[in-house]
Amino acid sequence: MRSDSLGYDDYTACVLESLEDWNEKIGRKADTLYLGGGTPSLIGGKNVAMIVRRAKELFDVDGEITVECNPSAIDDDFFETVAKAWVNRISLGMQSAVDSERKKLGRSADRARITDCITNARKAGIENITLDIMLGVPGQTMESLKESVDFCLESGVPHISAYMLKLEEGTYYYYNAEKLNLPDEDTTADMYLFLSEKLTENGFEHYEISNFAKPGYEGKHNLKYWNGEEYLGIGPSAHSFIDGDRFFYPRDIKSFSIGEEPIADGTGGDEEEYIMLRLRLKQGLVFKEYYEKYHKNLSDEVIEKAKLFEKQGLVTVNDTSIALTREGFLLSNTIISELIYV
Amino acid sequence: MAKKKENIRNFSIIAHIDHGKSTLADRLLEKTESVAVRDMTEQLLDDMDLERERGITIKAHAVKLNYKAKDGEEYELNLIDTPGHVDFNYEVSRSLAACEGAVLIVDASQGVEAQTLANTYLALDHDLEIVPVINKIDLPAADPERVAAEVEDVIGLECMDAPRVSAKTGENIEAVLEKIVSDIPAPLDSDDSKPLRALVFDSVYDNYKGVIVYVRVVDGKIKAGDTMRMMATGAEFTVVEVGYMRATSMESAKELTAGEVGYITASIKTVGDARVGDTVTTAEYPASEPLPGYRKVNPMVFCGVYPADGADYENLRDALEKLQLNDAALSYEPETSGALGFGFRCGFLGLLHLEIIQERLEREYDLDLVTTIPSVVYKIHLTDGTVLEIDNPTNYPDPAYIDYSEEPITKANIYAPNEYVGAIMDLCQERRGVFKDMTYVTPDRVDIAYELPLNEIIYDFFDVLKSRTKGYASFDYEIKGYERSNLVKLDVLLNGDAVDALSFIIHSDKAYGRARKIAEKLKEHIPRQMFEIPVQIAIGGKVIARETIKAMRKDVLAKCYGGDITRKKKLLEKQKEGKKRMRHFGTVEVPQEAFMAVLKLDE
Repeated sequence: MRSDSLGYDDYTACVLESLEDWNEKIGRKADTLYLGGGTPSLIGGKNVAMIVRRAKELFDVDGEITVECNPSAIDDDFFETVAKAWVNRISLGMQSAVDSERKKLGRSADRARITDCITNARKAGIENITLDIMLGVPGQTMESLKESVDFCLESGVPHISAYMLKLEEGTYYYYNAEKLNLPDEDTTADMYLFLSEKLTENGFEHYEISNFAKPGYEGKHNLKYWNGEEYLGIGPSAHSFIDGDRFFYPRDIKSFSIGEEPIADGTGGDEEEYIMLRLRLKQGLVFKEYYEKYHKNLSDEVIEKAKLFEKQGLVTVNDTSIALTREGFLLSNTIISELIYV
Repeated sequence: MAKKKENIRNFSIIAHIDHGKSTLADRLLEKTESVAVRDMTEQLLDDMDLERERGITIKAHAVKLNYKAKDGEEYELNLIDTPGHVDFNYEVSRSLAACEGAVLIVDASQGVEAQTLANTYLALDHDLEIVPVINKIDLPAADPERVAAEVEDVIGLECMDAPRVSAKTGENIEAVLEKIVSDIPAPLDSDDSKPLRALVFDSVYDNYKGVIVYVRVVDGKIKAGDTMRMMATGAEFTVVEVGYMRATSMESAKELTAGEVGYITASIKTVGDARVGDTVTTAEYPASEPLPGYRKVNPMVFCGVYPADGADYENLRDALEKLQLNDAALSYEPETSGALGFGFRCGFLGLLHLEIIQERLEREYDLDLVTTIPSVVYKIHLTDGTVLEIDNPTNYPDPAYIDYSEEPITKANIYAPNEYVGAIMDLCQERRGVFKDMTYVTPDRVDIAYELPLNEIIYDFFDVLKSRTKGYASFDYEIKGYERSNLVKLDVLLNGDAVDALSFIIHSDKAYGRARKIAEKLKEHIPRQMFEIPVQIAIGGKVIARETIKAMRKDVLAKCYGGDITRKKKLLEKQKEGKKRMRHFGTVEVPQEAFMAVLKLDE
């Protein structure tokens, strides 16, 4: 969000208006609410609270309500304000517990600030907190990763996400990869495996490719994506999946603020997509659920291909499901694309 | 239209590459007002884009110029432009055979180079009168007097009164035209009353007219309605049209007479029916003997050409068919490869010819190609006495049945400033060259003669030579013949499976070094895959080099962009599409860059 083009209050008003419109249009109940995009905390606690209250009323939300926060852009009373508006989960954009690494990623808050955020959130009554760790970032080593993991464990949060830095064409990282001192492919893979083992040993379940949770603390909202369920996204770049259609708002705030319609993005929910999404989960693709959804059995071809990967220890196949192993998660793009495309 | 043979001049322009042949031709056209200045594109005679880009003439061209000389007479000057590369030596020789003289261009700063000499000797072989011209006098480094002295010393040509010109600025061009008129003989030996004998020096395919045959009429006459007969093949056609090539158009004529240069069309379907070097006569009044010197040019270098996408096979065949209409030296026949699928084994005059055809296929026909390592033709003598001619490693026989092998050897001449002698000899030594002779053509320039195996020069010899001599060396070669050689076939195995498209035949002394390099290159260019891939290079069953491509560890799209599932799906689809474009060998996927990398080992 850029403050020069539109004030935070104006933006909040646009979101509220859009909520009303959508409620009129589709009028249904929602059980989770997620304010994401990295730094929704930027618009301030009051605006966040206003949006959450209205959404809760309109869509009758009575479950998980998450707000993403950037520790370096947050007011002191933020957590208290949003907690009063029934926000019950905080996703804190930490990326690394090592200050030098975080600085290279453009995050100015130091480790003490993160600890403060966790303390403040808890004081406000929100103990369902998730921290994220980036893997394969400039200057990172196995040792420095251990530091981040230990920090997460010591903080006692019940949920942790881990993402690998992806060098996408067009980004600074992509063009400067050579001089950034990035860990190589093997090291990054080892980091991922280490992280998974370490968190599992400490009572977390590696329930999705990049997500770890203590029992009962899985992210309910994100699980909807992987289960092929519906969701409505409001705001620039927000994606939706409603009644079989996928659509999204364009990236610029301007077109959202003047009420432009979202852009159609084809239909969703077909078999391939479902397989792709479910294989991200530890639970994997359950044959019975697949049958109930599509009224047919999973093709033998997919199962046969999966068995080839099983020999390499990347997939487990049994009578009820196909699921990726930890090593399989690391190679999920290749495995999934092999399974679903001829 | 009774023309005076005294006023006809048929000539070529010969030069070392980049000495300004095409530019001088442009200026001659301009000076004789054969082309309006507004229609002037640079290097008019090089009409393929490729020719202009590469600065070389690939096809021969001809043009008739009218020039009113200082003696008051109107002259008909026929300029026959020749290809400028060793790959096309035969075409050059036929173009020269159509002339009475040649304008020899020498760069006023660089002086005599390899092709200056080679082309001069070729012209002298055809008894041509040579008119030296010193070009590029506008350059700061120009030293026309030194170069003139060099031409006299090295070639033995009177050069003191040779025109000093700048084709670039147009300075003194008229002097060249006057020299052509005064020094080059008219075709007075040509006799209209004899049976027709016309030398084909080029033929091109035209969509509307069929093949346009470019000829020099040596004896007799030809006109529309005559029945022309190709003396080498016996094929007969009814002449539709004859005429002259003007700079920007074709000008039809009533007849072509002895001594003239012109074109014939006769609804001929392929240039293979009107090959360069053949003699045209008429069925009505046939000549008894053809003109001397015809030979069918044989491809020297072969490689497999495959469409990157198998679905393009038909398109590739159509494209080759069309190119062959215009290029009798190109050969192709279908072949299949376990690795690459359906494609063609193509034969070329040399590596430049190969590159040109490949580029034209890709550019003009929009094809994505994979080519295999070029090979020369080896003669394999089996123990039972049979001799196999092998241009494809796939057909290499079991070594147990081989008595001995032979490979083509060239006579090569390299000209360079003497400071590079060491570097050149090192290179020739590395390429299994046999030193023959070294002569000082001037106090600081040498002519080094080597015998080099053709398979050592077809890949990159000229490129390496240029880089090691900072571009100063020039190079020329001709085929000497076959000699016994100790050859082996190298096989490349990926994950234990031989990849036929990567096999090649090599001298046994070179096998180990090359095998190691290939293994390294493949390791570098084949992306890590789901499993470890051994890369082995073997002779027979014996592995002589090995590398391992480690298994891929990480290929994951972890972050979900706020429910943007479509993006995820597209990424996976793209990934899968990318794999389809790779070549599959058993379970191993090899991108096309890997093939290219193996071809360009020495970079």
